[in-house]
Amino acid sequence: MAPVAWMYDHVEIRTLFFASYKELLGTGELQLVLPEGATVSDLVSTLRSRGGAFTVLPTVPAVAVNMTYADPTSLLRDGDEVALIPPVAGG
Amino acid sequence: MTFAAIVRKPIDPAHVMTLIGADQDGASILFLGVVRDHNDGRSVEGVRYDAYEEMAEQVIAEIVDEAVRVADTDRIVAVHRIGELRVGEISVAIAVSSPHRAEAYDSSRYIIEEIKKRLPVWKKERYSDGAEEWVEVRKPDAAPAPQAEGS
Repeated sequence: MAPVAWMYDHVEIRTLFFASYKELLGTGELQLVLPEGATVSDLVSTLRSRGGAFTVLPTVPAVAVNMTYADPTSLLRDGDEVALIPPVAGG
Repeated sequence: MTFAAIVRKPIDPAHVMTLIGADQDGASILFLGVVRDHNDGRSVEGVRYDAYEEMAEQVIAEIVDEAVRVADTDRIVAVHRIGELRVGEISVAIAVSSPHRAEAYDSSRYIIEEIKKRLPVWKKERYSDGAEEWVEVRKPDAAPAPQAEGS
């Protein structure tokens, strides 16, 4: 029997990492598949559950969905671009 | 008019000043953020600014639009440079003109504080001992920010 998640619709998310997160993870981008109804917080949990360097990510990092800062409870939609934003240091 | 941008080439303050000013304006001010040679007691050789460039373009334009409402002038320019910068080079320029000085100062201050809170730009410092580190800006005040960290 197929895993439960695959019996439902799912969303594909382009996930971006910058600066210290990019160096930490060794990549600037990952394509993630999450169950429909997944939130920003679910995406972060999924990343952290990969283990290794991913566990060093904050549990509640700043996140932008389609280039707008978003709450952990924000619902993700198919094709969203989600960026994990390390502490900013412009100026 | 307003102008907001993320750029890779050196910022020319004289050029920035040509973008503001109007016959009704009695005040023109320029703020420059400059790479300094030390941070937290360490000797800095240079810095690299990285950005989520597409979002940063949007955010800096939003901040300038907000400043227009704060200060009631639309003669505002904000430019942030990214890439490799040496000590003494300009990382950010903010220019405002307005009929009186208060609006110009308020608007300029608003823009730099918001840049520090939410512009998706990161700074890696290169020290004289060869080490490199991403800078995590400390919070000198408890100003609310739309994300977990800021200054």
